[in-house]
Amino acid sequence: MSNTPAADAVWLMYRRDLVLAFRHWDQVAQPVVFFAMVTTLFPLSLSPELGELRQLAGGVLWVAALLAALLGLEFLFRADHADGSLEQMLLSGQPLALLAIAKGAAHWTVCGLPLVLVSPLLAIGLGVPTDALCAVVLSLALGTGILSALGAIGAALTLGLRRGSMLLSLLVLPLAMPALIFGARAIDMAIHGDVTRGPLLLLGAMLVLALTLAPLAVAAALRISAE
Amino acid sequence: MNWTWMHKFASPPHAYRLAGRLAPWFGWPAFLLIITGLYGGLVLAPADYQQGDAFRILYVHAPSAWMSMFIYATLAVAAAIGLIWRIKLAHAVAAASAPVGAWFTFLALATGSIWGKPMWGTWWVWDARLTSELILLFLYAGLIALRASIEDRERADRAAAVLAIVGIVNLPIIHYSVYWWNTLHQGATITKLGKPSITGDMLWPLLVMMVGFNLYYGAVLMTRLRAEILRRERDASWLRTELVS
Amino acid sequence: MNLTGFLAMGKYGAFVWPCFLLAGAVLVWNVIAAKRLHAEARRQALRRLEAGRSPT
Repeated sequence: MSNTPAADAVWLMYRRDLVLAFRHWDQVAQPVVFFAMVTTLFPLSLSPELGELRQLAGGVLWVAALLAALLGLEFLFRADHADGSLEQMLLSGQPLALLAIAKGAAHWTVCGLPLVLVSPLLAIGLGVPTDALCAVVLSLALGTGILSALGAIGAALTLGLRRGSMLLSLLVLPLAMPALIFGARAIDMAIHGDVTRGPLLLLGAMLVLALTLAPLAVAAALRISAE
Repeated sequence: MNWTWMHKFASPPHAYRLAGRLAPWFGWPAFLLIITGLYGGLVLAPADYQQGDAFRILYVHAPSAWMSMFIYATLAVAAAIGLIWRIKLAHAVAAASAPVGAWFTFLALATGSIWGKPMWGTWWVWDARLTSELILLFLYAGLIALRASIEDRERADRAAAVLAIVGIVNLPIIHYSVYWWNTLHQGATITKLGKPSITGDMLWPLLVMMVGFNLYYGAVLMTRLRAEILRRERDASWLRTELVS
Repeated sequence: MNLTGFLAMGKYGAFVWPCFLLAGAVLVWNVIAAKRLHAEARRQALRRLEAGRSPT
């Protein structure tokens, strides 16, 4: 039985994951580049007119972020599963749900946060007015958090499966649709000058719900997948 | 509390035989009720004031939609029971139910879409109900795909169970979000799929069809469950006595 | 009501009947599929029993 207090274990796990992730800078950059590329696809396929793009900007940014986040999820548990660290975690005696939160938080810091930081630039490229940029950042910050939480469930369930990444996307996308609806709506409302408090609060509520319940599901799924 | 009665009931030979005995008791009443409901809905019920005879599609659309959700709830409960009390039969019920639920979801979507054409002029509308059904179909697809991708049966059962529980928790959120999303973008389209003002002689065939469909699910579930039990039982002596006799 | 009137369903026949036929097909198919699955499972279980008997 471990003597480390759970809070310390969480912080240690979080730091460890960050250190490991930043050893491979390219893997950290990939979701961001993907996000930028997917966003670019829309002007290319639709129209270069900022006026037209502005109408779609909320949806485009959210879909691109969603897809970029999905890409990164596969790696959440894979390395640990491969080298046996996951079993160590299961045996460590620390509450698995808390460790899951730590790993999810690290994953968000590495995969989600960069997307959020880059989003204002891409939003400008889609014709979003400057005073709506705050809503963009807030909406995507909450949204990527929700996606990390929900995605962790999918990643834990599909751990080690062949073509797991496709299956992971199929599992996570329906669950992410409510967040997509409200998140894109928030950006849309900001673009039109409306108050965005409603959708953003709902998004916040979804995040709280996800943070509370998802770790339990992730812990259960990890036990199921790792045995 | 003595739970042995539950474990005895859930023992494979018991369940196998019971399911076999119950199936016709679900099946034949289902058949009769559906025939009766069809007669009531297609022949006896008067045409709707606004939608004419097209409203009769309700008699297959609404029961299908109801079953699609009822079966998902049932399989989520069964999966939870299987996960918590480690009862394999419960997992078998969930596994047997998923494809049936998916078929009903598909039927609800198809009949809803066909109904939409004379009502709204297009083969598809993103109205709240149809969109919710579509997302439900995606949830079913995920469940079936996950189960199929995992070779170890026990891991497949338990993973699918977690997913089913996550799905059922999300379902109200999805419904609410889609409903809200739909009310935002007001077009000329009706947001509710043709709820005609319903009179008594329009209502009873609908209720009959609903019960009929439920009993039908019972019958199909019993049969599929028997197949699942056989597939899951390995080298058990009861198999010999049961099958060879 | 005469037969042609019934089949026409007040000009909506082309929509109403495919729905009911589709529903009928799905219901019938699910019964057939369930029975087939059961028969196949029985066959395989019997085969396993046979195979289990020979080595002894």
